[in-house]
Amino acid sequence: MPAVRVRVASLLHSYTAGRSPVEVEAATVGEALSAMDRQFPGFLFRIVDEQQQIRPHMNVFLTEERVRDLATPVAAGQEIYIVGALSGG
Amino acid sequence: MTQPVAPKGANTWIIGTRKGAWTLKMTGGPLPIEPWFFGAQVHHVVQDPRGTGTMLAAVRTGHLGPTVYRSTDFGRTWKEAGKPPAFRPKEEYADSPLDADDARRQGLTLDHLFFIAPGHSSQPGLWFGGSSPIGLFKSEDDGETWTGVPGFNDNPALAKWCYNFAPGTPDGPKCHSVQVDPSRPKRILVGLSGGGLFLSDDGGTSWVPVNSGVAMDFAPPKEDGTEYEFGHDPHDAVIHPANPKRWYHQNHCGVYRLDWQDGAPKQRWTRIGNNMPKDVGDIGFPMTCHPKDDKTVWVVPMDGQTIWPRTSVNGKPAVFRTRDAGESWQRLDQGLPERAWHTVLRQAMAHNGGTPLELAFGTTSGEVWGSSDEGDSWKTLATGLPKIMSVTAARID
Repeated sequence: MPAVRVRVASLLHSYTAGRSPVEVEAATVGEALSAMDRQFPGFLFRIVDEQQQIRPHMNVFLTEERVRDLATPVAAGQEIYIVGALSGG
Repeated sequence: MTQPVAPKGANTWIIGTRKGAWTLKMTGGPLPIEPWFFGAQVHHVVQDPRGTGTMLAAVRTGHLGPTVYRSTDFGRTWKEAGKPPAFRPKEEYADSPLDADDARRQGLTLDHLFFIAPGHSSQPGLWFGGSSPIGLFKSEDDGETWTGVPGFNDNPALAKWCYNFAPGTPDGPKCHSVQVDPSRPKRILVGLSGGGLFLSDDGGTSWVPVNSGVAMDFAPPKEDGTEYEFGHDPHDAVIHPANPKRWYHQNHCGVYRLDWQDGAPKQRWTRIGNNMPKDVGDIGFPMTCHPKDDKTVWVVPMDGQTIWPRTSVNGKPAVFRTRDAGESWQRLDQGLPERAWHTVLRQAMAHNGGTPLELAFGTTSGEVWGSSDEGDSWKTLATGLPKIMSVTAARID
């Protein structure tokens, strides 16, 4: 499986013990987030809700493209960037 | 009534706000500089009154969604629940008996846990949580993992009871006032805004509406002259801890008392708010009952006229108290501002359970008011806080 880097904004550092970026093996964005959750329990549910939707005020970028579909494929060497959305003015 | 039984030896108010939770010593003193969960919405913080001192907090951050935090060291450290409350994925309802347009088929996403309640004293480690959208959750391991109560969350009638989970209440529809009868461990009362009050006598497996006698001014009279069974809007309800056959509730349409009649085909509420001054009315959010005297209740009337500003009636803040189970009411405004437009939310009033009794309420404008004489007089305990969403009592050593 491709190795991708997951870069995590500071609002999630309490889950990753400050680690960012983290390298995981995954074929899709969803798999990458699940791999993160195995390392850092509770991480996934902060980004993806119980209906498997990315939370409305969270943004997930694959390189520079914002993605909402967890099935989006990833390629080796790509970077996933997780950040709080601009919301509230 | 967010906390009918306060922890023994409670010495601290826990103020849940839109931007974190602050502790406030009942004996006075400054607010802590570093609140708990700074920046997050803290809907409710409850300490276990059953002796362990465990504290649970219903917290939501704008970006990261809702969760529950747990502390076993009086709030010095908090740890997130291993499995926070969450609704079932919509796929699990595919073959269920729910109606085709039931919102659960499209998938409910938890916005926030709103209300936390300890289970019966004989069931240590059991907690309940009411949520927005409307749902009921429980933890059987002292708040570490949470699951839906299937008899409630999967009940086919629930969508009919709660307007199919539609928004209506500001900040979302809510399941609140989760009350476990101290004399009957399997009896649970919950309030739905909107939807009404619902009772289970089997620990949450089955539920029936208990809204007889309660007004619904926001709906036309039924053509057949009968009452609506559900669809009401209770704001705050309590099974009295000292007399579990006596219940009170503050509703969108008045203040009510129910004295349970064994063997009666239907239990019926009496609108004791009719005994309040007509120029004040009996609309409000919070209600607090004396922990030992089942005839003493405090409410905070608000302006529910015309377009519902939900602020102090006529700009004159006051608490009202009854000493005779609602037959008469006394206005209590000594020490409160002569002119102010307070809004006191349903979870923002509490007692400490002690003798003498301490009372406190918080406003959406960030003020905390306290009374050491059962409401006869009030003094400012804190100002300058963010919007206050809850006040509870805790013992912080």
